[in-house]
Amino acid sequence: MVYKKRIDDRGFEETRKIEAKVGVIPRADGSAYFKIGDTWAYAAVYGPRNLYPRFLQNPKKGILRCNYNMMPFSGSGERVRPGGSRRSKEISLVTEKALIPVLNLDEYPNSVVDVFIEFPQTNAGSRCAGICAASMALADAGLEMKDLVAAISVGRVDDKLLVDLDYAEEAYEDVPVADIPVAVLPNSDKISLLQMDGEISKDELKKLLELAKKTCKDIYEIQKKALKAKYVKEKVE
Amino acid sequence: MYEEGLHNHIVKLLKAGVRLDGRKLLDYRKPIKVEYGVSKTAEGSARVHIENTDVMVGVKMEVGEPYPDMPDQGTIIVGAELTPLANPNFELGPPGIDAIELARVVDRGIRESKALDFKKLCIKKGEKVWLLLIDIIPINDDGNLIDASALAVLAALKDANFPKYDEKTEKIDYKEKTDKKVELTKEPIAVTVVKIGDSFIVDPTTEEEKVIDTRVTISTKKDGSLCAIQKGGDMPLTSDEIMQMVDIAIEKAKELREVL
Repeated sequence: MVYKKRIDDRGFEETRKIEAKVGVIPRADGSAYFKIGDTWAYAAVYGPRNLYPRFLQNPKKGILRCNYNMMPFSGSGERVRPGGSRRSKEISLVTEKALIPVLNLDEYPNSVVDVFIEFPQTNAGSRCAGICAASMALADAGLEMKDLVAAISVGRVDDKLLVDLDYAEEAYEDVPVADIPVAVLPNSDKISLLQMDGEISKDELKKLLELAKKTCKDIYEIQKKALKAKYVKEKVE
Repeated sequence: MYEEGLHNHIVKLLKAGVRLDGRKLLDYRKPIKVEYGVSKTAEGSARVHIENTDVMVGVKMEVGEPYPDMPDQGTIIVGAELTPLANPNFELGPPGIDAIELARVVDRGIRESKALDFKKLCIKKGEKVWLLLIDIIPINDDGNLIDASALAVLAALKDANFPKYDEKTEKIDYKEKTDKKVELTKEPIAVTVVKIGDSFIVDPTTEEEKVIDTRVTISTKKDGSLCAIQKGGDMPLTSDEIMQMVDIAIEKAKELREVL
């Protein structure tokens, strides 16, 4: 056993510090940011609005379109080339899939709900932070929703099971590591994002899924609090 | 309309324990055939048939510079092209999202299982490393491209020989293959488990793929440990369902492992 203590002294099942706020982009129909440690996601929602070109329209239901993008200066290594990569396209896709179950897209035929997710800085866990921010922004836009979506990465370093891996942990060398981003619909406990890379046993995966659900409940409380905070404040003014 | 009817029909059939083509829910189409060395120009190649699904994979090798953060490691680069050759719904042009996902899921299975020791692809630290360029081209798409492609990539890597490389002139002689093989220490097998209605199936046909609720691709090693997972599809899953799907994948991987 090599990994006895986390690099930043956190408990193994503890997330980095989380800060969430909605209504941060006034021009958007809904918006939010979600910070977890040094990873910082902004999300803006535009729509439901008309979808062009028209051949993309679906007369039976609206479509959700997400775009995940790292700002060129937001990676820990070299400059991230603007314009999207294969990685960002795939993450956009899984983000859509993570959010679709909570929306009632049947309500918006021929329309699109656009979600733009941008990162001023990142230190791992960006797709999960993006999903947390996006689900808050969708709620802020006033869309009918069945639930919020909370997301967190869980995983392992050596024989320790961890919550919210940072970059140094993801890249830990010479011991087995696994990174598992998970999105949870907190009210039904269902999982809408699941990816994994690394090395893990079936039993460990089972334990980690439970850990992810538990952590997402806590994140859900933070998201709800942030959503309420916007309107409580407006009432006072 | 057609798809809604098809969904209801398939759900009803699956409840009764039958598939459109008469298979049981957790049966792969048989036989699964693997051909090696299907392209003479490639350094390694293979072709996998799962009945009508037919996927060709070729490996080309180049010498290039390593990534600055991994100066002593070569790497693999997996691409996929879904051309209209294999399915009329595929379009010409740069890879779309389906092709990108396919390539990345297969890439992750190989990379994360540590099937290849990337350090062994190093020629000169910080300057020269081998790059393994792996391309997946379906010839005929009748569903389950992910599992077929992952299998074909593994087979193509097993088939590959390094070409002759002259360190003085820094040139590769592609005409001359050496005896040096790519060392594969592990063989990750991808199994995609699909949920339609309340039933789990494996190896869907294109007709079944039209009505998928959720799919989870799980790559496992011989010892039953997992090395990559990707969930697709629009419906969420409970963790119990996920664990059931993992069990199915581990069991089915044993079968696929035998065809290599």
